Amino acid sequence: MTELKPILILFAYLTTAQHFAVAQAAVRIEPVNLQGPRPLQDQTRTAVIRDYLQAWQSLHAALEQNRPELLKTDFIGTARDKLSDTIQHQSSQGIRTQYQDRSHDLRILFYSPDGLSIELADNVEYDVQVIDHDKVITTQRENVRYLVVLTPAEVRWRVRVFQSLPE
Amino acid sequence: MRSKLQALLIGIALCTMHLASAQAGRMTLPNVVEAGNGFSIQSAGNGRATLYIVGPGEALKREIQLGETTSFLPSTLPNAGHYLAVLVSASSRETGEFDVIATTKPANLSFLARPSRLPVSLHEGITGAVYVFDSYQNLIATPTPVSFELSAPSGTVQKRAVISSNGAAWTTMDSTAEQGVDRFAARVGDVSSMRIVAQVPGDPCGLKMNAERVGQQVKLITDPLRDCNGNAIPDGTVVTFSESYKGAQSTVDEPLKHGVAEVTMQVHPGARLTVASGVVVGNQIGWDK
Repeated sequence: MTELKPILILFAYLTTAQHFAVAQAAVRIEPVNLQGPRPLQDQTRTAVIRDYLQAWQSLHAALEQNRPELLKTDFIGTARDKLSDTIQHQSSQGIRTQYQDRSHDLRILFYSPDGLSIELADNVEYDVQVIDHDKVITTQRENVRYLVVLTPAEVRWRVRVFQSLPE
Repeated sequence: MRSKLQALLIGIALCTMHLASAQAGRMTLPNVVEAGNGFSIQSAGNGRATLYIVGPGEALKREIQLGETTSFLPSTLPNAGHYLAVLVSASSRETGEFDVIATTKPANLSFLARPSRLPVSLHEGITGAVYVFDSYQNLIATPTPVSFELSAPSGTVQKRAVISSNGAAWTTMDSTAEQGVDRFAARVGDVSSMRIVAQVPGDPCGLKMNAERVGQQVKLITDPLRDCNGNAIPDGTVVTFSESYKGAQSTVDEPLKHGVAEVTMQVHPGARLTVASGVVVGNQIGWDK
């Protein structure tokens, strides 16, 4: 049994390491077919998607390290408030979570006539790992559909609504 | 070598057994919970366990008694989203997932109206967009009727009815012919939000000046300036008077005062006098006196 234990630990580690190796998420962007009067320029679309994907990196870091200040660059308003609350609750219970996005299937749904908000849908695949006082509780792969609203700030688009929906 | 291989196979077998246990369904989760509602999770077995419920919207950890129903009070999960439930006991670990959805009752509107100030009689010059939220600030993604109303001071009302899509709805309105402050309202059920849109006169219409000699100079004065709908052009609007004589041009800018602009200037006999305001050009006078 003593010989078996290190192998099991190694097996568990390899499984975990395989899931959480740093990797670029695959991104697929569906053609834009907006309902609305305002055309979406390629430059705007590129910036929105770039900033949204960056927001996932911030989400990953903030929830893993329980540091709400890491959300500040990419999230604003309700989305930031809710995620900050989650981090506070995680921290008070000794929990950390890692959300590692694996793929995104993005579709821009709505560009408001005033140009002050963009809504997109994202069928995202991610791995979530729950850690309680440095002990990995579980690692799961999830497929979730998100609705996201971004609004422009000084130099970037920030996530204002970040909400998943049932399939 | 053989013993190590055997141990590895045993390890894999144990992991497979663990997966089989996780699929056995000892924990009964709700499929869907409406945001803010109470809910319960039933577990099987004996002894103590730790239940985790995590998602980007919340993180909970509860010590529970296996074999009992664990109840969660209303408002425990106010944020719509996808949640992972993990039940960990000394001998087993089980996972499941469920969704929290927005309530169907709208409670807040995020209403963006643009512009806040525009000229009268502009076709589809005003736009409004709303996002519909419940009382927990969850976006209500189900189609929801939204009505927009633009009310002018004269009592004229433009109405639009729209069904939201993925929580968003938008419309366009024409600015009316009358200057003043309009009220632009979005309404969903008994929830409404209002914005003020100022309609200002358009460009001057029929800009006309008159000239008369005053001593050695000429006094130029416009008729009261109005737009094409009869709205008075506001004081302070700049009117430009120009004199062209033998290829040279001199100009004087004057703001409107009490609806008219006037200037007294030296004018050469034979000069041509013109008046303009913004992009609008008025009449010309040949000064031959």
